[in-house]
Amino acid sequence: MKPRYKRAAIIVGALIVISIAAVLILNALNSNIALYVTPSEVAAGKSPAGQVFRIGGMVKDGSVKRDGLTVNFVITDMVKDIPVAYTGILPDLFKEGKGAVIQGRLDPSGKFVASEVLAKHDENYMPPEAKHALEQAQKNGNK
Amino acid sequence: MIPEFGHYALILALCIAIIQGTLPLVGAHQSRREWIMLARPAAQTVFLLLGIAFVILAWSFYSNDFSVLYVAEHSNSQMPVIYRLGAVWGGHEGSLLLWVFLLSTWTFLVALLSKALDEFMVARVIGVLGLVTTGLLLFVIATSNPFERLLPAAQDGRSLNPLLQDPGLVFHPPMLYMGYVGFSVAFAFAIASLLSGRLDAAWARWSRPWTTAAWVFLTLGIALGSWWAYYELGWGGWWFWDPVENASFIPWLVGTALLHSLAVTEKRGGFKSWTVLLAITAFSLSLLGTFLVRSGVLTSVHAFATDPTRGVFILIFLVLVVGSSLTLYAWRAPKSTLGGKFSLTSRETFILLGNVFLVVSAASVLLGTLYPLLIDALHLGKISVGPPYFNSVFVPIMIPLLVLMGIGPWTSWKNSNLLDVIKRLWIAALVAVIAAALIPFAMGEFTWLSSLGFLLAFWVITSGVLQIIRQAKAGKPTRSFIGMQVAHLGIAVFTIGVTMVGAYQEEKDVRMLAGESVSVGGYDIQLQSVRPVPGPNYKAMQGTFLLTRNGKLEATMYPEKRNYFSSTMPMTEAAIDASLTRDIYISLGEELDDKAWAVRVYYKPFVDWIWGGCVLMALGGLLAMSDKRYRMKLKKVAA
Repeated sequence: MKPRYKRAAIIVGALIVISIAAVLILNALNSNIALYVTPSEVAAGKSPAGQVFRIGGMVKDGSVKRDGLTVNFVITDMVKDIPVAYTGILPDLFKEGKGAVIQGRLDPSGKFVASEVLAKHDENYMPPEAKHALEQAQKNGNK
Repeated sequence: MIPEFGHYALILALCIAIIQGTLPLVGAHQSRREWIMLARPAAQTVFLLLGIAFVILAWSFYSNDFSVLYVAEHSNSQMPVIYRLGAVWGGHEGSLLLWVFLLSTWTFLVALLSKALDEFMVARVIGVLGLVTTGLLLFVIATSNPFERLLPAAQDGRSLNPLLQDPGLVFHPPMLYMGYVGFSVAFAFAIASLLSGRLDAAWARWSRPWTTAAWVFLTLGIALGSWWAYYELGWGGWWFWDPVENASFIPWLVGTALLHSLAVTEKRGGFKSWTVLLAITAFSLSLLGTFLVRSGVLTSVHAFATDPTRGVFILIFLVLVVGSSLTLYAWRAPKSTLGGKFSLTSRETFILLGNVFLVVSAASVLLGTLYPLLIDALHLGKISVGPPYFNSVFVPIMIPLLVLMGIGPWTSWKNSNLLDVIKRLWIAALVAVIAAALIPFAMGEFTWLSSLGFLLAFWVITSGVLQIIRQAKAGKPTRSFIGMQVAHLGIAVFTIGVTMVGAYQEEKDVRMLAGESVSVGGYDIQLQSVRPVPGPNYKAMQGTFLLTRNGKLEATMYPEKRNYFSSTMPMTEAAIDASLTRDIYISLGEELDDKAWAVRVYYKPFVDWIWGGCVLMALGGLLAMSDKRYRMKLKKVAA
């Protein structure tokens, strides 16, 4: 084969690999991204319907109720409250009055059914998404 | 007084590093012999001074000197000695000191083992490393001095995050950093060769064992981190696609590409520009990893540091390194693109294809890691890119790579008869298909994904074994050949582990009272009791579980829920019964009503093969590095 064709073949091969990867990436980015939403936005109906998303906020004091392995609690940005249900074992740092990020979807009754509860590994640490939710709520409240 | 000596040693080291980073480079350019000769002594002095600084910091931890702020923040007198020493690199300042100390160690080793290399090259390599050392020392001294005093001294320290009080932490960061920092040597060789215009096979032969050494450390470091997360985080995962994990994995992927590309440059004199570009990229990505982890821009388990000035400093340093080396590259890189002639069915083509897959996969991981930061920075909202993204992009890219891995080693340089290779490989294909068809049924459930995993793993294994047999018949195989085969075998073993865990692991969350049982993966797990037990700096609730199979006792397991005195945060200490074919993993959740406990149990088949595969890869790297030809050829260069 002529060197020119050979070089062309290698370039075409590399381009095919890259474009397949690009398709995979775009596809994956479309379907595998979870949006962060604040409790106020959920209450205002601005959450993606039927899709998985994340809520950041504080676990409301006195709201944690256990029923076997299922835990019901309320996540709040101090303005709006969203009831959450989760079945399973909570992370070590999940506590009333502390920040948490929760992934899941909204059921028709307005309850957030969590598939994952993320509480980060430092007792003094506030998840930035939870902090963001509190700040947003405060800002809107002061307007 | 002693900590001041440490600080003083750091400042002295900076002064010497400035000399190391300037005079030898200028000397090599202007052929000034006396400046060239400065390179080695300067490198040795920096190593000695940073060694002193490091030992002094370790001493401050050992002697509980809480007048040092960093010690007071990361250690306390109740902590066992081994964790006090591990705490030296448990925080930001100490881990950066470790970073530069390891950089000076690599430089010292280069100075020591380069007797046969020509003095101009040595001066340039050590000079470039000196510049990098200067930048990092400036960073340490200006923004993250570990010897800063706390006056008046604290009564006792704040303690290390309990998660980090673990033997895994004592070894994970030094290993990982040895790997990260080790790519600086490949980088320095690449820059030195661009400066001198001598980009030849000798250059590749020199930088190859160094690159392999760094790669071995990085492989082990990542594997240790994964293993640590598995048993210490308490929730049974071995890889989370966490940004911090990605930060170490991206340089690994590019470093792997570099290893292979260097082989072509050494053996055939080809791919020169590409190899240089990979060397620059691998080290730049190591720096980027440091930036991501240490600047606090990420929000993850590992992001302990949050200080914007530090982030800005590393970012500027990163821009300087990447910018100047790419400019130099654009200016001096050789014009010929792929070097010597080779046909489409040659080994060069296969290595090139493999390189493309590795680099593309690294880019896809990088994209997923930076995407949320980019979106946030542009105020387009907050998003998270989770494991599903990485799994659905990364895994498909790896499939063709494993197929290539079974064929590539059979091809010969320049040109080979692909038909001939295929004829030899039909046995491997047959074995792979049989394994793919039978193993899923043996495991109890057939899924296409697990079948594909076994197909690829056994394809690589059989192809490797066939080749080893053929080579052994033809004569004594070289160590670098065996090393390559062992490393590829490691990939296959790793693939088996990942496939098994992915397809056949069982997980159960249950509420348990003493005397109750749960069954998982054919095992019965019975809770005997949960009772309080004391620890050196914590108190724990310890569960006692009996693991039985078909009524026969296999093990007694003791998972714990710990409360450290110095922290209000509880810690889950999982109990793991490990064996070659499966792990049983028990985590104690929290106490529910009526003395019942929430318990999570896992059955994880072949999970240890994941880390076993990594160990094989590292072993392969070690074998390849110790090949006779590097020592022999070194002598030839000297002659």
